Amino acid sequence: MEQKSKGIMGWVDERYPATVTWEKHLAKYYTPKNFNFWYFFGSLAFMVLVIQILSGVFLTMFYKPDTALAFQSVEMGIMRDVEWGWLIRYFHSTGASAFFIVVYLHMFRALLYGSYKKPRELIWIFGMLIFLALMAEGFMGYLLPWGQMSFWGAQVIINLVSAIPFVGEDLSIWVRGDFVIGDATLNRFFSLHVAAIPLILIGLIFAHIVALHQVGSNNPDGVEIKKNKDENGIPKDGIPFHPYYSVKDIVGVVVFLMFFSIVVFFMPEMFGYFLEHANFEPANPLKTPEHIAPVWYFTPYYSVLRAVPSIAGSAFPGVIAMGAAIVVLFFLPWLDRNPVKSIRYRAGWYKILVAIFVVAFIVLGVLGTLAPTDGRTLLAQICTAYYFAFFLLMPIYTKLEKNKPVPERVTMK
Amino acid sequence: MSADAVNNSKRRLLVAATSVVGAVGAGFVAVPFVKSWNPSAKALAAGAPVLADISKLEEGQMITVEWRGKPVYILKRTDENMNALESDTDMLADVNSDSSKQPEYCKNPGRSYDKHTKISVMEGVCTHLGCAPKYVPDLNNPFAGSLGDNWKGGFFCPCHGSIYDLSGRVYSSMPAPTNLPIPPYKYESDTVILIGQDGSNV
Amino acid sequence: MKKIILVLLLTTIAMLSTGLTLASGGGYPKSPANVDVTDMASLQRGAKVFTDYCLSCHSAKFVRFNRVATDLGMTESEVMDNLNHLGVKFGSTMTAAITEDYAKEAFGAFPPDLSLVARSRGVDWLYTYLISFYADPTKTTGHNNAIFKDVGMPNIFWKQEGVKKAVYEEHDGEKVFVGVEVVEKGTMAPEEFDTMIRDLVSFLSYIGEPNQTYRKSLGIYVLVFLFIFFGIAYAMKKDYWKDVH
Repeated sequence: MEQKSKGIMGWVDERYPATVTWEKHLAKYYTPKNFNFWYFFGSLAFMVLVIQILSGVFLTMFYKPDTALAFQSVEMGIMRDVEWGWLIRYFHSTGASAFFIVVYLHMFRALLYGSYKKPRELIWIFGMLIFLALMAEGFMGYLLPWGQMSFWGAQVIINLVSAIPFVGEDLSIWVRGDFVIGDATLNRFFSLHVAAIPLILIGLIFAHIVALHQVGSNNPDGVEIKKNKDENGIPKDGIPFHPYYSVKDIVGVVVFLMFFSIVVFFMPEMFGYFLEHANFEPANPLKTPEHIAPVWYFTPYYSVLRAVPSIAGSAFPGVIAMGAAIVVLFFLPWLDRNPVKSIRYRAGWYKILVAIFVVAFIVLGVLGTLAPTDGRTLLAQICTAYYFAFFLLMPIYTKLEKNKPVPERVTMK
Repeated sequence: MSADAVNNSKRRLLVAATSVVGAVGAGFVAVPFVKSWNPSAKALAAGAPVLADISKLEEGQMITVEWRGKPVYILKRTDENMNALESDTDMLADVNSDSSKQPEYCKNPGRSYDKHTKISVMEGVCTHLGCAPKYVPDLNNPFAGSLGDNWKGGFFCPCHGSIYDLSGRVYSSMPAPTNLPIPPYKYESDTVILIGQDGSNV
Repeated sequence: MKKIILVLLLTTIAMLSTGLTLASGGGYPKSPANVDVTDMASLQRGAKVFTDYCLSCHSAKFVRFNRVATDLGMTESEVMDNLNHLGVKFGSTMTAAITEDYAKEAFGAFPPDLSLVARSRGVDWLYTYLISFYADPTKTTGHNNAIFKDVGMPNIFWKQEGVKKAVYEEHDGEKVFVGVEVVEKGTMAPEEFDTMIRDLVSFLSYIGEPNQTYRKSLGIYVLVFLFIFFGIAYAMKKDYWKDVH
């Protein structure tokens, strides 16, 4: 910075830290050279965010947040009358599901390689807040098409609020702004979905990346590359993010776009998981669909909710359990007491615990899409118990682990 | 890193190729977003051609129909009117409608179909700032201003005083630069006009 | 270790997929509609059946006549003369011939709009529904439906299809409904009737999503483009990563 650059960039740099920022965060931001497949999902999440904002801005131009017009403005206006509106809508509906797929895999990566551990606790916390904001965004956005599932899904979730003792009833009326989900609810959800939560999301994503660049990336070996620097102060196992990871992430994005396009162009409904069949009927407060299930990305938590039996006729314990299932994730950096980050160098039985956790989570997700039966409820209860045990017993069992020796330098597997 | 071993021209080529293909892709993606701003099927249906029945239209009378949110004037002129169109043409700004908007089949002094020369169809939208000019049939009218008796009736725009003749041709040194536009239209029969769809004069 | 984990995951997926297929099993079995929405002749015939029969009571208020003309390769006059029985404008949507009040009086409910019925119900359900009416004197319409119990809609095709009766089988002393069979011939041969119903379902599928054929054809080009893009981007990545050891 001492040396003054000339030309246009020199002029700009005196007034704005363009070159400095470029170098600090891209061209001279050193990243471990051993990133694997799992490290694509951060940049992919960003890609999906761009897709959602772009398509969302255009959908907002044609959508009408009015219970009398909403369904028609989507299914007739956007899907038929507006040129290419159908494609923009499929971008957005597929993007919503893609967002959760990518974010779940991104979170799983953190679990595999201990990316939440010291000194990256805040990255994890910001990430969890992003996850929460994303769930709110998904939930509110799902009401907007004003189909049967939009209405009844929101009905079920808002009724959870009324399970809160004493204030629940009043609170749920306040949230709806009416005694039933109606115009007031639709309008506030619309405002939150298109303005408030996206702003919060962008702020949180900024903080997430700032926190990441403060400490630098973890990697599949869980080795801190900043501990091994050469004579110029450059990590020996680091490579500049740009161009090496920018060119790699482009490949990741293109592969992602292939899968994305296959869904958008050939199976936009994704067998009723991305766009539910009942949502092609306009909302009818007098007729409940035969089977109500939330969109797939909420179903693991919905299963937890249903798995917990109501006590004294109150569904509140289930609501608590569902909330706890998410809150517990915030504490992950302090629950895991094993100093070794990467699962590669942790005990074999811990790997099995993680694998069973994945299975339990997927089973919960699938059960959440199905109508409950006695057998399914029991299975959901077992998986819920495992889910909580996996996290809550972590402080105990992670201390008992026999780790493998962690290498000094990263490995290129 | 061994910079020497790198084949720089190959790398430059690959970067250029990726950039070009990426830019082409971005261009493709832009198409649906840009095109979504075109009039929707609903707007097009609302702007579909409209029928106008002129069987009851008397000479010297004008009716207004709405087409695409604009008033369209249908005026049946008298023989006297038609003769007036030929006189004092040097006072008109665009006598032959060369710089005005009309279908080719209406580019004549009457600005009408040869078979229905007395019927004038034009958009009631002043070419100055879009006000709707008033139909002024009388010869000695209070609006004529400096044109005086030379103006044999036509249209007067209340906003800024532009004056047109009975073919919608604007007089010189008026705020409006060109003649009143004529929409595409055709005769479904001798008494029914379809406004918004082209016909031909043959 | 990796093998154990892989086996674990694969077993879950296998378990879940069998669970899912079992779960979807309930209810009256659906017959595959096997419709082809790229078959213009079939769609045109379906459009005729739809506007002649369904549109009397049902609407398709998201569907514009001019769009149908363009998509099905019909001229304006063909559509206006053969399909548009109410004589609405070419750019208008398909409205029902009966009024809401009359429908409520006659059927107890307003017949649902059919614009999206193929997307909410699925083509197989629609096909099965349309061929599963059977005579049931206990109903005011004189008919019942095997896949939609106590449906309010009368069996509008009974003349063409003939009269069907429910077939029951004895299972452990209980009467179990197993299907329907024709007891009186209709004016149409069974194959002819079947074709008509499939044409109709095909048209319903088309109006459910008029872009579906175009969407898929466009998708091919998008994937080809992305495949080329992938090749070039991957070559670039490989070239850069030669530096990294």
